[in-house]
Amino acid sequence: MNPLVFLILFPFLAALFLLVIPRDKIRRAIGYITAIIILGASIYLLYGNFSSTVQYFDLGSDIVNRAMLITEGLIAIYIAYMSLKFRKYYPLVLIVLQSAVLFYFELTMPYQAEILNNLFLDKLSLIMALIIGVIGSLICIYSFGYMREFHEQHREVKDRRSVFFFVMYAFLGAMFGLVFSNNVLWIYFFWELTTICSFVLIGYTKTGEAMNNAFRALTLNLLGSLAFILAIFYLGTSGGSMALDQILLMDKAVVLIPVALIGFAGLTKSAQLPFSSWLVGAMVAPTPVSALLHSSTMVKAGVYLMVRFAPIFEGSAPGVALSLVGGVTFLIASGIAISQSNAKKVLAYSTIATLGLIAACAGVGTYEAVWAAMFLIIFHAIAKSLMFLSVGTVEHRIGSKDIDDMEGLVTRMPGVAVMMLIGIAGMFLAPFGMLISKWATLRAFIDINPVLFGLVAFGSGITVFFWAKWMGKIIAVPRAKEIVREKINRDEMAVLAVLAILTVGACVSFPLVSHYFVEPYVLGIYGVTAQLGQDNIMIMLLMFAAVLVLPFSMLYFRKKGKQLPAYMGARPSAAGRFSGTAGVEKELSLNNYYLERLFGEAKLMKIGVVICVALIVIMFLLTGLNYAGVPI
Amino acid sequence: MNLLYGLVYLIGAPILGGIIIGLDRKITARMQSRVGPPVLQPFYDVLKLFEKENIVVTRSQNFFVFAYLLLMALTGIMFFSGGDLLLVIFAMTLAEVFLVLGAYSANSPYSFLGAERELIQMMAFEPMILLSAAGMYLATGSFFVSSIAAATTPLILLLPGIFLGLLYVLTIKLRKSPFDLSATQHAHQELVQGVTTEFSGSTLGGIEIARWYETVLILGFVYLFFGFNPLVAVTAIILTYLLQLFVDNTYPRFKWALALKSSWTVALVLGMINILVLWLYFKGGL
Repeated sequence: MNPLVFLILFPFLAALFLLVIPRDKIRRAIGYITAIIILGASIYLLYGNFSSTVQYFDLGSDIVNRAMLITEGLIAIYIAYMSLKFRKYYPLVLIVLQSAVLFYFELTMPYQAEILNNLFLDKLSLIMALIIGVIGSLICIYSFGYMREFHEQHREVKDRRSVFFFVMYAFLGAMFGLVFSNNVLWIYFFWELTTICSFVLIGYTKTGEAMNNAFRALTLNLLGSLAFILAIFYLGTSGGSMALDQILLMDKAVVLIPVALIGFAGLTKSAQLPFSSWLVGAMVAPTPVSALLHSSTMVKAGVYLMVRFAPIFEGSAPGVALSLVGGVTFLIASGIAISQSNAKKVLAYSTIATLGLIAACAGVGTYEAVWAAMFLIIFHAIAKSLMFLSVGTVEHRIGSKDIDDMEGLVTRMPGVAVMMLIGIAGMFLAPFGMLISKWATLRAFIDINPVLFGLVAFGSGITVFFWAKWMGKIIAVPRAKEIVREKINRDEMAVLAVLAILTVGACVSFPLVSHYFVEPYVLGIYGVTAQLGQDNIMIMLLMFAAVLVLPFSMLYFRKKGKQLPAYMGARPSAAGRFSGTAGVEKELSLNNYYLERLFGEAKLMKIGVVICVALIVIMFLLTGLNYAGVPI
Repeated sequence: MNLLYGLVYLIGAPILGGIIIGLDRKITARMQSRVGPPVLQPFYDVLKLFEKENIVVTRSQNFFVFAYLLLMALTGIMFFSGGDLLLVIFAMTLAEVFLVLGAYSANSPYSFLGAERELIQMMAFEPMILLSAAGMYLATGSFFVSSIAAATTPLILLLPGIFLGLLYVLTIKLRKSPFDLSATQHAHQELVQGVTTEFSGSTLGGIEIARWYETVLILGFVYLFFGFNPLVAVTAIILTYLLQLFVDNTYPRFKWALALKSSWTVALVLGMINILVLWLYFKGGL
């Protein structure tokens, strides 16, 4: 069997098994085995295609296309039913419009018959497949233990775990399909599947808030899908090809309209401003869902598509507008992250910010920018999944997602705290992954667009602030010793450890990743590629060695020094307390700065939405002008 | 890249930095009509600190300061060996983060306050220094310090806005008033000693040495604007430092919001406009 077909179909098969098996133990066993098979298969894919550049697979058949169309019809009916049931009319209108376009197109213009190579594999899809296969299945493994605890702690939520795991695994299959498809109609099909999967997962608890947020996610993503299907319709009616590789070869001026539409779809799916609210709302779902949505699936589908079409955006006016949307989103979302004390919301906004950076790279579209974007995708997927799963584990133990409640985790839950510290370091500190990418981004932007450089310069100062204060909370040694006794599930811990090792490993091996994956792809598309200078690689590895070796000096420092209580204004007081005026003793508590007045969510969001809506309108205006023959 | 210069920095910077701080204290004293300590006083202070008992709140806190000192020296070596300017900036951030983490780890109110404020200061400082790197790249075509320092065109003429902006935020890095929010040599009762409150003995000495390294590194940035003529460059560095001293002694301390807003405004107005003009000139074909 073709490994691509296996990777697409097997998760669906596993999902069906998980749906029908009622007993938790057996279900878990099957879940573990199938997750490991998916993981192994994606690594096998890497092994088998290590040196090849692009391969196409001729797999098209009418039956497959029909089946997809029927599935799409069923999904539309399901969405329409749910919308009516919950009286949400926006998704209803959108799905009707979208289905009308789709069915009209499919039934009147049988374009798909022209495409022979429906599946393909190049280095970008290989990287994406590895992210989905490795990180996605690790999250699935983690979720079995997590969901059991979840239902123990939330008795009020109806246990629908079989549906939960069904959708989680199906999600992986849909993502594999999305990154392997060369047929735009197939991409669209899998794109719809990811939308519906996330809808079900966000609404898992069925509370009012969960359903509202699920519908918000659905509405915004359907808006993107509508743009997507219009792009396909335009391509079809203007005689363009349905094959991805052909579209990339076509005259830029001709494909600019559909690509701008697809860029718009990408913006909705990757939760860029003004569409970001759905991803923040998705936080109501159980934590593994957030981890999955943020790291290896869903939002990565959006940026994947934008990066795919980056060569068309390069140097075009819509590309400039798109990259500015990304840049503004990076700055605004980072700013909002400062004002959040809920760990999951901080993570959500940092995801939106990073995706903004990737979107900006895609919009710029030069070989350097695409190089940087690919690294951002890789490093972000690993570090962010690690962060979400650690937060999930901590949340179940201390009963809070608030960062201020994580004070002193380093002594209360040392194991998870170390994982979290690695994850945070991976997100913002040199010489870890994200920073390597940010460095490449800055270099790529300065040649093309100084405004983007400015946005990133301001944004990166902000990122340092909110990550470092979180780190500070974790390592603040608590005054009163209180150790969290409850044992952490061994499987959960193993997943966290693997992800932590991957975070560190990806950083150490980034020159190899660059050489074997990223550079060949960029070279294949652009004929040139970005590289890191030897000197810089040496410096990075030197810094990395320093950061890795330094913690061992703790062994020495741990023994040194006479211990005294902290300075309390020269007034002696018991540990954890201070003597205030008139001899009143008070409990001491320290909370982080959130700088609400400067970085408040509502205020910044308003600014960001206005700017980004304007930029998107400009993007379409410029595309239209371009179409009308006005040189821009 | 030339590691020899880096080595010279490693050994020479603490000596030079200590003397600069010594002169700083002497001149400051004269501005305040005091006699002031001997120029070598910083060295006496640090030597004395190393003889003192090491008192800690938590045992891990000194580790972070050690990392801070080591990484600050490494940053300077990267800079003076002629490395990539962006990497130098990121390494400096890394070093600073370790100092902040040390302050957090003690979990004392004063050091906590200092740590939060130090982070705000870093946030205020970072955009301008990154924009400076961008400006130098546009002017010389390279991010490498070695190429920038060797440029024969006077960068100061191309980057006047960026130089002024950098002057403004350098005050943050030199821990001078009005930006001595997080740690200060002068007494501020609500602050005590900010980030350094809970450090003592040889650890405090380590922080002081790191500060010497940092001061020389910061002044190295000023040098880059005048790389075409070393004599002019040294004069410029001396004048810059005197200006900082003057401001330090004449301005009251800002609140954090004003510090942040004003630094960002300066970066946005002076820095960004300079960059846009330069970009249009070199890349935009004007």
